[in-house]
Amino acid sequence: MPDSFISSVQERVRDAQAHARPLVIRGGNTKAFYGGARAPTDEVDMRAYSGIIDYQPRELVLTVKAGTPIHEIDAALDAQGQMLAFEPPQYDLGATIGGVIASGLSGPRRAYVGAVRDFVLGTRIINGKGEDLRFGGRVIKNVAGYDVSRLMAGAMGTLGILIDVSLKVLPKPVSEVTLRFAFDQAQALQKFNEWAGQPIPLSGTAWQDGVAHVRLSGTQAGVTTAVQRLGGEQIDAETARKFWTSMRDQQHACFGGSHTLWRLSVPATTPPITVAGAGAPLIEWGGALRWLRGPLDAAALRAQIAALGGHVTIMRRGDGGADAAYPVFHPLEGKLAELNRNLKLAFDPANILNRGRLDNF
Amino acid sequence: MASVSTASTSHSSPAPDPAIDPAALQSLRQQVQRALSNVLPDSALLVAREDLRPYECDGLTAYRQLPMLAVLPRTVNEVQQIMRQADQLGAKVVARGSGTGLSGGATPLEDGILMSLAKFSQIVSVDQAARTAVVQPGVRNLKISEEVAPLGLYYAPDPSSQIACSIGGNVAENSGGVHCLKYGLTVHNILKIEVVTADGQAVTIGSDALDSPGYDLLALMTGSEGMLGITTEVTVKLTPKPQLARVVMASFDDVEKAGEAVAAVIGAGIIPAGLEMMDKLAIHAVEDFVHAGYDMNAAAILLCESDGTPEEVAEEVAKMEAVMRAAGATACRVSKDEAERLKFWSGRKAAFPAVGRISADYICIDGSIPRGALAFVLRRTDELSAKYGLRCANVFHAGDGNLHPLILFDANKPGDLEKTEAFCAELLELCIEVGGTITGEHGVGIEKINQMCSQFSDSEREMFFAVKRAFDPKMLLNPGKAIPSLHRCAEYGRMRVSGGQLPHPDIPRF
Repeated sequence: MPDSFISSVQERVRDAQAHARPLVIRGGNTKAFYGGARAPTDEVDMRAYSGIIDYQPRELVLTVKAGTPIHEIDAALDAQGQMLAFEPPQYDLGATIGGVIASGLSGPRRAYVGAVRDFVLGTRIINGKGEDLRFGGRVIKNVAGYDVSRLMAGAMGTLGILIDVSLKVLPKPVSEVTLRFAFDQAQALQKFNEWAGQPIPLSGTAWQDGVAHVRLSGTQAGVTTAVQRLGGEQIDAETARKFWTSMRDQQHACFGGSHTLWRLSVPATTPPITVAGAGAPLIEWGGALRWLRGPLDAAALRAQIAALGGHVTIMRRGDGGADAAYPVFHPLEGKLAELNRNLKLAFDPANILNRGRLDNF
Repeated sequence: MASVSTASTSHSSPAPDPAIDPAALQSLRQQVQRALSNVLPDSALLVAREDLRPYECDGLTAYRQLPMLAVLPRTVNEVQQIMRQADQLGAKVVARGSGTGLSGGATPLEDGILMSLAKFSQIVSVDQAARTAVVQPGVRNLKISEEVAPLGLYYAPDPSSQIACSIGGNVAENSGGVHCLKYGLTVHNILKIEVVTADGQAVTIGSDALDSPGYDLLALMTGSEGMLGITTEVTVKLTPKPQLARVVMASFDDVEKAGEAVAAVIGAGIIPAGLEMMDKLAIHAVEDFVHAGYDMNAAAILLCESDGTPEEVAEEVAKMEAVMRAAGATACRVSKDEAERLKFWSGRKAAFPAVGRISADYICIDGSIPRGALAFVLRRTDELSAKYGLRCANVFHAGDGNLHPLILFDANKPGDLEKTEAFCAELLELCIEVGGTITGEHGVGIEKINQMCSQFSDSEREMFFAVKRAFDPKMLLNPGKAIPSLHRCAEYGRMRVSGGQLPHPDIPRF
């Protein structure tokens, strides 16, 4: 039986396409600050399409409507001792799973268990032509057709309106311990990488201002062994939980301030990066993610980080600042830019879906 | 028996394109040969029929076709030159790694260039600190793990053909293996690929960081069956080698109980390193062949592996055993050392050749289903087996719901092949019906192209074509594979193994 919400969205997309009029897709609006500016235009509010469609804990698979708030999903998973292993940021209670997938943002566990895209098994979308399409499915292994589902992660809603999504979920670890170490930056980077190359159940790493936090998750025995091996100072569970939540949601004090927040994604082994005009970074993901705050020269920073094999995203624009004219995402060039553009037009020929949210698209 | 298909059972293609005019083909061949001889050394260009013979099929031997000609480039520049010439002349190109694929993804085209990446066989670099290796596409999967073993690292995805299959082919198929529930598929274990596009340009997709700007083309390219670009280099993630692995082997007197035990293991919050299941027919075939010590009285056995530190493994194995017993296991054995662990696995890995010994021919299915449907699908499979009067041996990657039923038949017995094909079709439709998929890890290729018509709607398939055109507007890369046109949605084709033989019978599979 056709769902009236879905058919109404299809109708709106077809109408928008016919008039080449952009449509903005919104969930909880908690990540409106992230990505390119939105066109001031009609909204498709996904919050009207909310709820768990199917959750089989023994399958490790959850199928959920795109407008479902993350906190609802977390509660349902928690009741079964399971979790979304990529730890999506939740800027506030309104955040929806659709927004999580579209933004492609993952939390502290990302470096050790995978990103949003790694847990996407299937999607139902409405493309820019108003077609109702399903890709992937509810099984762990599936190679029928191109992997369009994972492509939705991080696409900022520019390829299709996410209707529902099937995700692989994981059991919560039996045991979890956070250790604290006094390390300088170089030492932290070296240790994070060294430990990641050993069979140690890492599930989070962070460093700032001479202090490294290392989270271990796994079996009781596995965590106990690792704690003995690594040393450091064990912090109490509640403090640890608050710390990792503040990292995940970027609520930690070091994310504060009125300057632009820069997200540097680099190879994890990159030595300490010195950026003119910025202090030492906050480091996550074993060294692969470095945060800076400051009124920096976007072009110079991008060139510097690209030369290291990484890229720079403007996570939050500051007040005023010289970066206002720069694109949020690292600009693509040449053939890669062409492939991205072609793909966008394949899904959304009239360029109506979330226009501008991925800078050019 | 010889592995070559007999004329009566050999397939050309499920829905062949209109015959190609021989004169036009000859003219195209000459043009392409002339153009390529300008950019390639003689040794890299094969045109004689006897030189093309080794490329006439991949692991799906029922489909054979000599390519128009074959090229063996050695450098990225040569790959680019080949693609530029092909682009200009409108010539199709099929890329090929080791040719172990089971769905015909590398089956040549009569009017196409076959590009073997076999000369790209170098491990370019290994970065111990970053836990990555840069390898050329022709490098064999297992070779990577062998190379980095002294560093305490390995490459996690382990398709059973790993001693022969190439990493380029793994990327094209998004290959899995017996450990993917815990360690992921190819898509989870690669960081970056260098690609030559259909128009001969070189592009880097992904990066040495954990993400890249733009759409996730790395995910899209993985499993795209060589239809979006030619991979010329792969940066893989390396995983720390677990200190220890042990396997629990549990016997069940009922297949459905074994299926329930699989669900119970996952339900208990355990993610086993591997969780495999075999039914009675498979157990007997294997035990007679490799003497792995399997319980001949069992209706099904489960192999459930735990890996990690000795302490972790001890904790997990105890849990696994308890769950198995609670689920009704009639016997439970835990491997006491590495030799015994490998012995337990040897049977599972030899399942296909073992079945090949007890039947003239067999067909392998690769459907994937929600684990909860396992018992139902097994029961239906039994009923179908009775209905068609054909034996069916069941081996599964039970942990991730990936089925490999083997239907046993005799191609020389009139009507057997037709019955087998009908059996396969019903099984694949059943997989779709219970919310699964027609292929978990072998790919669509040409083998399952017709079932794509059942699994996807017209507009979904058209969306796939639109994705294809975004990368390859002239539709030159491996056209006719994986995504069926409306025209092709008419007939059914499938893999069969003639004479119980795969082309490399010595390679363990699945």
